[in-house]
Amino acid sequence: MATDIYVWIAALLTLSIYSFLYKDNPLYKAAEHLFVGASVGYSIVITYYQAVLPRLINPIFQEGDWVMIFPTLIGFLMVSRFFPKYDWLSRITIAFMLGISTGINLPLIIQASLLKQLQGTMLPMTDINSILIVIGVLCVMIYFFFSSEHKGIVNTTSKIGILFIMVGFGASFGYTVMARISLLIGRLEFLFGDWIHLIKY
Amino acid sequence: MKCRLPVIVLLLSIISLPLVAQDKPALTPPEELTAFDAPNDAGGRIALTWRASEQNDKPGVSYVIYGALSPDGPWQETGRFPATIGFKSDVPYYFGLSEENKRWHFFEANKIEGLLESITTTVYFKLAVTDGANTVESSIVSSAPNGNWFDTSKVYILVFVAGFSFLILFFIRLARNNPNLFIRHIPGLDAIEETIGRATEMGKPILYLNGLHGMDSLSTIASTSILGKVARKVANYDSQIKVPCYDPIVMSVCQEVVKEAYVEAGRPDAFKEDNIFFITNDQFAYAAAVDGLIVRHKPAANLYMGYYYAESLLIAETGAATGAMQIAGTDSITQLPFFITTCDYTLMGEELYAASAYLSREPLQLGSLKGQDYGKGFIIAIIIVGSILSNAGVAFIVNLFKVF
Repeated sequence: MATDIYVWIAALLTLSIYSFLYKDNPLYKAAEHLFVGASVGYSIVITYYQAVLPRLINPIFQEGDWVMIFPTLIGFLMVSRFFPKYDWLSRITIAFMLGISTGINLPLIIQASLLKQLQGTMLPMTDINSILIVIGVLCVMIYFFFSSEHKGIVNTTSKIGILFIMVGFGASFGYTVMARISLLIGRLEFLFGDWIHLIKY
Repeated sequence: MKCRLPVIVLLLSIISLPLVAQDKPALTPPEELTAFDAPNDAGGRIALTWRASEQNDKPGVSYVIYGALSPDGPWQETGRFPATIGFKSDVPYYFGLSEENKRWHFFEANKIEGLLESITTTVYFKLAVTDGANTVESSIVSSAPNGNWFDTSKVYILVFVAGFSFLILFFIRLARNNPNLFIRHIPGLDAIEETIGRATEMGKPILYLNGLHGMDSLSTIASTSILGKVARKVANYDSQIKVPCYDPIVMSVCQEVVKEAYVEAGRPDAFKEDNIFFITNDQFAYAAAVDGLIVRHKPAANLYMGYYYAESLLIAETGAATGAMQIAGTDSITQLPFFITTCDYTLMGEELYAASAYLSREPLQLGSLKGQDYGKGFIIAIIIVGSILSNAGVAFIVNLFKVF
């Protein structure tokens, strides 16, 4: 058995979370609330040291970069949500965020998800892989064509498209389950190794 | 006879000396050396090109680039590489895909201490070609780097954005004139009304999740848009919706969206801001909290719209265990299989983006969806034509869409 108090706390919290597999219970509730509270507290500290301090306080007060006051003011408008009379001001921040993210994402998505994919699809059909890629992409795109009823040739091609999608999902499912199993093994190694020392390293 | 042998060997050695020298031909000065501001950047980079030479470009030979702030020096080595590499064809981002680029060498001087510290300093360059024993130098060239307003290598993206925008605007106009534009049935969305009705009959709340991405994600934007439509139906049915959020900004947006939906439905009094709340932005703590919420409140319907990671199965499996009707919609390819296995209906990828237009049938969203559809039709046509031409050995279409 481990003698380190922190290993004991971690092991008991792990078991408390696993107890949810049986049913909801006070141990799970306690672990859940502790987990949520600790994660929020942790994220506040991380945000302060990785965002507020190096990107706001230091630039303004140490480097004299007063331009940073403008994004700070935009950020502070979110606080207006606590005052119902002025909560409309927070919409400026939200609109700013949405506008910026749309502007940044638009060219990136067109480049990475459209043009690069187009390049990778228009292949000389010299082997079975390239034939499958071209046929698969076309059929899947036809499945996602909403302006036409799935009848006749559209129905046939979209069904082939669904087949391709399901094969892809099957592979993805298997791969992800393998990754989850490795997470479980990690936890079991901790419980049986670090905690009760049944596994010897 | 014995004393003649060393003399013969000596004579033969002297005779063969010019022959050995002929095996290793003399190096020639690099030709047509040009220095110019590197295109498509913010300044601080200078590109050098010179003609490839059969005589110089051999193993064992190197190019050495020297830079200085004055044509009189002092000269500083800024780059050195084997003569068999470093061609214009290696950087199609600058020079395109012409075959001619294989016959030109290329070097980029970038952030050289003492030389290119300022983004607009004029720098002088000379090029030396050396095989270790011999070195020949080029003439001196100079250039000053400049920042560019436009990245011309991304012109295709501009063309695509402009083309798609035109299509979408055209169809929005069309949808305003004819709001009955056809959209095929999407079973997952048809079921939303049913789930809300079921929740109302059972007197239980509806749980709506927005996924783990912030407001900069397309799936979250689509999700908040669907939330508005769902919240309006919930307000009409006088049911309840709970929206636990992973991101504080998303929470603010959701509060606004739901509030507006209740106002539109004529039920502002029924809106409860506390039903849209922030939990945490830690993935598994969020999953643990949502799981607890599901088993304690037992919502009659769970809607999972947005982008998810490993928590998807934890949440959706708990929802399935409580017997709730579940509809998921995500463009997270790795998590879609888990939603398909645990939910009653799943909106895959683009169906999530289409959902808002499908539910509201507002001309603006309907036109956007139609425009995207015809954009897709255009892409399908390009793939077919491009593949046929690729098979025929014509790379024109493929090169046309090459981005760097």
